Amino acid sequence: METLLQQIVNGLVVGSVYALVALGYTMVYGILGLINFAHGEVVMIGALTALQTLLILMGVAPEMAPLLKLAIAVLVAMPVCMLLGFLMERLAYRRLRGAPRLAPLITAIGMSFLLQTLAMIIWGRNYHTFPQLISTAPMQPIPGVFVTPVQVAIVIVSALVMAGLILLVTKTRLGRAMRATAENHRVAALMGVDTNAIIALTFVIGAGLAAVAGVMFASNYGIAHYAMGFMPGLKAFTAAVLGGIGNLGGAMLGGIVLGLVEAIGAGYIETMTFGFLNSSYQDIFAFVILGIVLIFRPTGLLGERVSDRA
Amino acid sequence: MNELIEAVPYLGKRHPRLTKWLIIIVALVAPLIAAYFGRSWMRILDFALLYMMLALGLNLVVGFAGLLDLGYIAFYAVGAYTWAFLASPHFGVHMPFWIVLPLGAAFAALAGIILGFPVLRLRGDYLAIVTLGFGEIVRIFMNNLNHPVNITNGPQGINALDSLNLFGWNLAQSLSFGDFKIHYLYLYYYFFLLCVVGSIVFIKRLQISRVGRAWAAMRDDELAAKAIGINVRNMKLLAFSLGATFGGVAGGLFGSFQGFVSPESFSLMESIAVLTMVVFGGMGNIAGAIVGALILTALPEILRNIALPVQEALFGTVILDPEVLRMLLLSLAMILMMLLRPAGLVPAHARYSRPELLKGGA
Repeated sequence: METLLQQIVNGLVVGSVYALVALGYTMVYGILGLINFAHGEVVMIGALTALQTLLILMGVAPEMAPLLKLAIAVLVAMPVCMLLGFLMERLAYRRLRGAPRLAPLITAIGMSFLLQTLAMIIWGRNYHTFPQLISTAPMQPIPGVFVTPVQVAIVIVSALVMAGLILLVTKTRLGRAMRATAENHRVAALMGVDTNAIIALTFVIGAGLAAVAGVMFASNYGIAHYAMGFMPGLKAFTAAVLGGIGNLGGAMLGGIVLGLVEAIGAGYIETMTFGFLNSSYQDIFAFVILGIVLIFRPTGLLGERVSDRA
Repeated sequence: MNELIEAVPYLGKRHPRLTKWLIIIVALVAPLIAAYFGRSWMRILDFALLYMMLALGLNLVVGFAGLLDLGYIAFYAVGAYTWAFLASPHFGVHMPFWIVLPLGAAFAALAGIILGFPVLRLRGDYLAIVTLGFGEIVRIFMNNLNHPVNITNGPQGINALDSLNLFGWNLAQSLSFGDFKIHYLYLYYYFFLLCVVGSIVFIKRLQISRVGRAWAAMRDDELAAKAIGINVRNMKLLAFSLGATFGGVAGGLFGSFQGFVSPESFSLMESIAVLTMVVFGGMGNIAGAIVGALILTALPEILRNIALPVQEALFGTVILDPEVLRMLLLSLAMILMMLLRPAGLVPAHARYSRPELLKGGA
């Protein structure tokens, strides 16, 4: 029982980060029908930029409050990632609108590897320790189940960010323009929406969320390196598909569900397969779920969109 | 062959017959030229031929049938591991190549069908992600199937694979006639060259056959293809399994040539590298796959030999190591090619594709 509860806690934490990343995928897909393969790399750039900022801050102002340092690091990482998202859209994807269907995807894959390579050049191949600025001392709300303050902070922050995004999309003028562009960008343009700006903005917002998610990932695992974004990126994409791609609520739900399935699966796979498979197979769950969802319910849990496009 | 001739700049269009002989001669004497620069260049040539086989196979799936497969390297892995299981001291089995290679090809084809069945309904980008997942699953299994029963020997890989033995003639031993010795890298080169030429002939025949035309129809408009009576399901499965077969054979040859297999050789980066070769050369074009594979295998090596001394001279240390340079080159090749010349270096022949689809502008 404790194992189950513990894995649920872990799953919720990881799942809420997946949800944040999945939002970026789903927003871009909703508007352009493009899988922005490089989104996972934006997460990585966010984490490493934050790490760099923290290292500098620790050198310049060692006595600064840890939470303030972390906040500054996030506030530096976000604009950097947003700029990156903007540049990607402006320099690559925008030119490929209306190109044959494989071209934008291949470009996105190339972009993903380009960003990884650049990160490798800047930060090297090694794993970096990410400073733990929020306490990692485990608490025991229920005997046998451990929760750390970092984990609590991750869940709260991602819930807040997601609530903010929902408000932005449903309540503001800007959000209405975004929804209109996603619905039909030609008609939206006729109605006076600057669709190019909206599309660029979608990339920028997604990248901002990815930066936050990157800092969370790095804080949760305590490490950061150049390839850290790829797997979470794929999993977040799976989460977006699971929830119904193009659907914001779906991405959040998908992220949480995927996190839970993965954590619980990893906890029990060894007993379920009589010791043949163990938790090193954890990464398989996401792909299996992705396959199953796409084959049996391509619209996802909450989806309205049909997947048979592109 | 004609496409390859046309791919040669300037000469190809003006003197096709001369170019044809030129290509044949260059293909035959290439290892002698490479040997002049050193053994490592001969090895690179051998690898270029292996990559050509891979690119030809992937081109079948991506270029002809229009199915973007990001897990292609998994089939290469299946072929290589089949060789490792059936022709190495790992299990103590040493079967001859004429059993192992076809078996590897068959297993790869089977894997292609296993992958193909569930993803039949998926198109475009979804297909890409699921095939990527398939490749990763295969790699995860290779990495972890050393426990509780040791099958793949985990991340360490399998050592001391048997070399290619053509009915008692071991290709890994240099041939000698008295004082005159032929190094084993030559033997592998010519054997691989034979395989590549065989593949080209086979694929060319396939492309202009009923199957190839059905693929082209399916790629350009699936619904229309269905409407004129093409069995899209079978055609897709055929594309996956045939493409996989090439991967499987190339994998077996790789295992025999390298003498060592480990999961590291079959990472996602390799799938992407092969895809880049196809995209760079020109999707849907045999000559494109050949040119792409040749350039993108050779260029990183040339860069390695130029960039390292230059960096050392300029900065005193090596800032960009060869692996980074290769990744940088491949990713930039992919992005820039898509932006500037989406049809590739050697655009596909208009008869078998719709150029307006490649140019875009919808």
